[in-house]
Amino acid sequence: MDQFEQLYGELIMEHAMNSHNKRGINSPTCSSLGHNPSCGDKISLEAKIENGKIVDMGFSGEGCAISQSSTSMMIDLLKGKSVDQAKQLIEIFLKMIKRESVTQEEKKLLKNARVFENVSNMPSRAKCATLSWHTLEDLLNKLNNN
Amino acid sequence: MNNFKKDFPLLASQDIVYLDSAATTQKPQCVIDAVNNFYKSFNSNIHSGVYTISEKATTAYEDARQKVASFINAGDPSQIIFTKGTTESTNLVASCFVQDLIKNGDKIVISIMEHHSNLVPWQQIAQQKHATLEYLYLNDNYEIDKKELNKIDKNTKFVAITMVSNVLGTVVDVKNIIKKAHSVGAVVLVDAAQAIAHKQIDVKDLDADFLAFSGHKIYAPLGIGVLFGKKQLLEKMRPYMFGGHMIEYVNEQSTTFAPLPNKFEAGTQNVGGAVGLAAALDYVNKIGYKQIETIESELVNYALSKINKLPYVKAYISPNKNSRSGVLSFNIVGLHPHDVATVLNTQNVCVRSGNHCAQPLLSYLGINSTVRASFAIYNTKEDVDKLVEAIEYTFDKFKKYLR
Ligand SMILES: Cc1ncc(COP(=O)(O)O)c(C=O)c1O
Ligand SMILES: [Zn+2]
Repeated sequence: MDQFEQLYGELIMEHAMNSHNKRGINSPTCSSLGHNPSCGDKISLEAKIENGKIVDMGFSGEGCAISQSSTSMMIDLLKGKSVDQAKQLIEIFLKMIKRESVTQEEKKLLKNARVFENVSNMPSRAKCATLSWHTLEDLLNKLNNN
Repeated sequence: MNNFKKDFPLLASQDIVYLDSAATTQKPQCVIDAVNNFYKSFNSNIHSGVYTISEKATTAYEDARQKVASFINAGDPSQIIFTKGTTESTNLVASCFVQDLIKNGDKIVISIMEHHSNLVPWQQIAQQKHATLEYLYLNDNYEIDKKELNKIDKNTKFVAITMVSNVLGTVVDVKNIIKKAHSVGAVVLVDAAQAIAHKQIDVKDLDADFLAFSGHKIYAPLGIGVLFGKKQLLEKMRPYMFGGHMIEYVNEQSTTFAPLPNKFEAGTQNVGGAVGLAAALDYVNKIGYKQIETIESELVNYALSKINKLPYVKAYISPNKNSRSGVLSFNIVGLHPHDVATVLNTQNVCVRSGNHCAQPLLSYLGINSTVRASFAIYNTKEDVDKLVEAIEYTFDKFKKYLR
């Protein structure tokens, strides 16, 4: 695998250029905007959360391939999960990118989103990969406080 | 073509194509040696010690000031204030001069090309004082049309203008803008951050009231910069920071301040940086701006001619050769600049991507960001060839995903 494939493999590029999650959803219950000023990435997340479960989620906005595909894979992973499960998975993902200790079992839980482990040694691109995860984390935390 | 790369140890020892000199330049051996020699043989604090190495450090620091003064033809070296860089220089002028100058209803004029460090300080003051911040806009050649200068009118008290855009490379006719501003009684600050390494600057000829630049963009160390100000303005201004060295007498309840330039240099100064800056200016003087301009314009023209052959690349640069400097912004249509820069890096080509601290300019151009290649004296046509090959490689890799 050359350096290009490590960062921009088929999977990442499919999600970046043709995401099935880049869409508006029916009757969203909450939304949140994430912005990465260094890159100019702007991601708007919409979610429908009912009885503590993420029933549906979609996104819009512009950004680099890394931020777009990371958002799309995050939605694939977390749609249908409970809010608590989603928070756990977000935490694992963020820890993985920050190169904090994450077990193999935990990484497996991230499914496709594991591919972003490769950006963990590129601080400027790590921000792109984590943007939507941070945005969703904020959104879910706000729900609790209400 | 003369090859200066060998003077720069980082470039001579690594297989990279460094095209981000607009962000910061690499340092030649003579600058590294000068800084090294300061710390090795006469490191000490200035203005206070009577012992030999402190006298030597003080002399070196003041010699550096003199060197800067001659370099930009400022005359009296007390008009040269050492700062951390352009940003500190603009903020100093904002806090100590423009803050007092601007009243309700006055106008500040800047160009849409300004770097945030020559924009946000004025915007903050305009907001606070209920003054107007007006922009000089660009024509299709990314230049400021003469008629835009009519915005500089009798309500205008202050004008801040870049000499060279750090995104478009456009060279601005600041002399003409200063003339216009002075005709209505406005004071002008020139941001020379992107000009200093590429064009001869003569503050007397320009009749600039203030001029700011960063040492690190002209082969000097990080953390040393310059503010030139006309003596009669600097003398009227209040001090920027309070502390050691900037005072004359301190009583329990009152203080008088040191004369120029010390009034604006509170605390321990970056003597090593100033020594490095002096060495860098010597280096540039030795090469001469004539040669620098010849080499760099040849590089930019060559790069542009090659990039223009790639149908999938859009360049953001003036078609007039005389309006260009060492900066070339572009995009690969359909690809995000950060992705392009990341892939160029896999080919050992170092470029910048993003909004280049000029968000209002990019909004005005209707784009989010660009890839920026910028050139300096050490770059070669071979570097340009590698850049173009890397762009072709990038497009090739992403092509199948482009809709
Ligand atoms: C045109 C322009 N002005 C100001 C600055 C700010 O310089 P510094 O960050 O060294 O203070 C820059 C640096 O990128 C610049 O390009
Ligand atoms: Zn990004």
